[in-house]
Amino acid sequence: MVVEVRLFATFRKGRFKKREMEFSEGSSLDDLLKRLKISKKEAGLLLLNGQYASWKDKLAAHDVVSIFPSLGGG
Amino acid sequence: MAGYCGKLLRINLSSGEIKDEKLDLAMAKKFIGGRGLATYLLSGEIDPGIDPLDSANKIIFATGPLTGSRAPATGRHMVVTKSPLSGTVASSNSGGFWGAELKRAGFDLIVVEGKSEKPCYIFIKDGAAEIKDAEKYWGKLVSDITEELVEESGDPKTRVLCIGPAGEKLSMLAAVMNDTYRAAGRSGVGAVMGSKNLKAIVVRGTGRLVPAEPEQCKQVLEKVRKKIKENDVTAKGLPTYGTSVLVNVINELGIYPTNNFQKSHFGTADKVSGEALAEKYLVKNMACYGCPIACGRYSKVGDVEGEGPEYETLWAYSANCGVDDLAAVIKANKWCNEYGLDTISAGATIACAMELYEKGIIKPDEVDGPPLEFGSSEAIVEWSRKMGAAEGFGAKLALGSYRLAEEYGMAELSMSVKKLELPAYDPRGVQGHGLQYATSNRGGCHVRGYMISPEVLGLPEQLDRFSLEGKALWVKTFQDLTAVIDSLGFCLFTSFALGVEDYTDMFNAIVGEEWEPGRMLEAGERIWNLERMFNLKAGVRPEADSLPKRLLEEPISDGPSKGHVHHLAELLPQYYKERGWDEQGIPSGTRLSMLDIA
Repeated sequence: MVVEVRLFATFRKGRFKKREMEFSEGSSLDDLLKRLKISKKEAGLLLLNGQYASWKDKLAAHDVVSIFPSLGGG
Repeated sequence: MAGYCGKLLRINLSSGEIKDEKLDLAMAKKFIGGRGLATYLLSGEIDPGIDPLDSANKIIFATGPLTGSRAPATGRHMVVTKSPLSGTVASSNSGGFWGAELKRAGFDLIVVEGKSEKPCYIFIKDGAAEIKDAEKYWGKLVSDITEELVEESGDPKTRVLCIGPAGEKLSMLAAVMNDTYRAAGRSGVGAVMGSKNLKAIVVRGTGRLVPAEPEQCKQVLEKVRKKIKENDVTAKGLPTYGTSVLVNVINELGIYPTNNFQKSHFGTADKVSGEALAEKYLVKNMACYGCPIACGRYSKVGDVEGEGPEYETLWAYSANCGVDDLAAVIKANKWCNEYGLDTISAGATIACAMELYEKGIIKPDEVDGPPLEFGSSEAIVEWSRKMGAAEGFGAKLALGSYRLAEEYGMAELSMSVKKLELPAYDPRGVQGHGLQYATSNRGGCHVRGYMISPEVLGLPEQLDRFSLEGKALWVKTFQDLTAVIDSLGFCLFTSFALGVEDYTDMFNAIVGEEWEPGRMLEAGERIWNLERMFNLKAGVRPEADSLPKRLLEEPISDGPSKGHVHHLAELLPQYYKERGWDEQGIPSGTRLSMLDIA
């Protein structure tokens, strides 16, 4: 299945901004993070289709995954 | 004297009288300092019902006991007065270096009263103050006047606080600027200075601030600095991208208000994001006094350069106006800094005007400048300048979105609360944050109870942004803690890494006290209630604890947060209850007695 992955802030360095990636059925966000070599600790904010997700969540075809490092602002 | 200087400078611009007053320390500690102490003084010294631009209003420049100390990120001061924009108490916060300099000059706060017959400025050096003529500076832009006043002082280390032309022309959106690029932005505080013909306050201080308990202080600060260094937000996120990192976060969640809150997702947000800023126009970081975080951005496009833009500014001028031209946003930000305007309210007012124009309510022949069309780079830049200069239709914009929309019989299109324009988060997708907007004592403000922290960023813990459960207590707690941080003299960004125990430890070591964290939070609650009482006496009633109709009744139309409205009707009674107020939202006699402000 194909999933759209969007990376932000420091995660873009050495990777990409937006890309479609192929995963086998039953894959989880954890598998995605591993493939991108982003540790669970580093991944500050994980969104699945604009909603909060955890690394345990399973992926489905055409999902949009957004990954941010730990953040703050005002 | 430790922490506090123990001195208040009182200046009457009508009579020319300048007085040193001894600060009542017991009273100061009851309200901590800064925001709290200044609000207490203002409440006692003016009739809350007066016209804010009348000479009977007072304007107080207040530091906290920890401003200018060795504690990290303590370069902050507050500008406290009655707001001409909202009619509420105004307490507008700013960073930079001016506040620390005032402490070194020997004063905790300055109370300015009356009105000068001619443009003037105040010059303070090491405990002595004079009122000087400012006729030749009137009309000048912020960076020019800052440079000239520093030169005139003969000391390059002199710090300047001033208004630009917007304040002189009494714009409701006028800021009080300092150190060229820093702003006490909200609530039109610059207009109060303008109404007094006060152009600037120039300070030079060579005093030393020594903590009460140097050994204890050393240990506490070591602990606190370590926490800041080890926290991802304060050590990595903020230094790398500044607040602008939020653009993509908020947009990906679908709570990024677009086209005056008509939509909540902006397709080309990445072009006007923190990442784009870092890639294209960022020159270097900027830090305020004693700050290890250094979240400030110094950016340059062509021959336009300066500090900013911050997240709120990026939003107000991009998505909210439908613009995805980062260079134009930088230029609009620059005009706001030079004319002395609140970037949030300025951008939001232009967005409101754009909706009125889109709907044919503002007609093209009224508009003596670029058409007020969503998406127009030219419009956001030129209308900022015209607003700052009060030129043509710009003079109408300078009154803010509420008065603008109301004139056309469409007040509901002003996205504001208590006439203060809403900042960069759609409350329909962040319920607690919406409650903060509705109940903040100065109107539509994000920063006085920044619920984005738990509801979006997961700090201190992740809350469900759509849920209502427990939100009322969270909002109260954040509001009370923020009042503490503001009143101590810290930058709010330290709160990503520190807790109330840390602030209390630093206060104890520097001031020489033995407070428990509970006493700090109680002081915060006291300050909040004091502000509430001022507002009620000023005629700002609980009915104003509301949100624009659009956000209560129209669901978000697009993006990941589609379909949600804000459930204020459910949250507000819970909030009043948590605050110990009656069902009408009036602080009860019991609560006021408990807080010792009956």
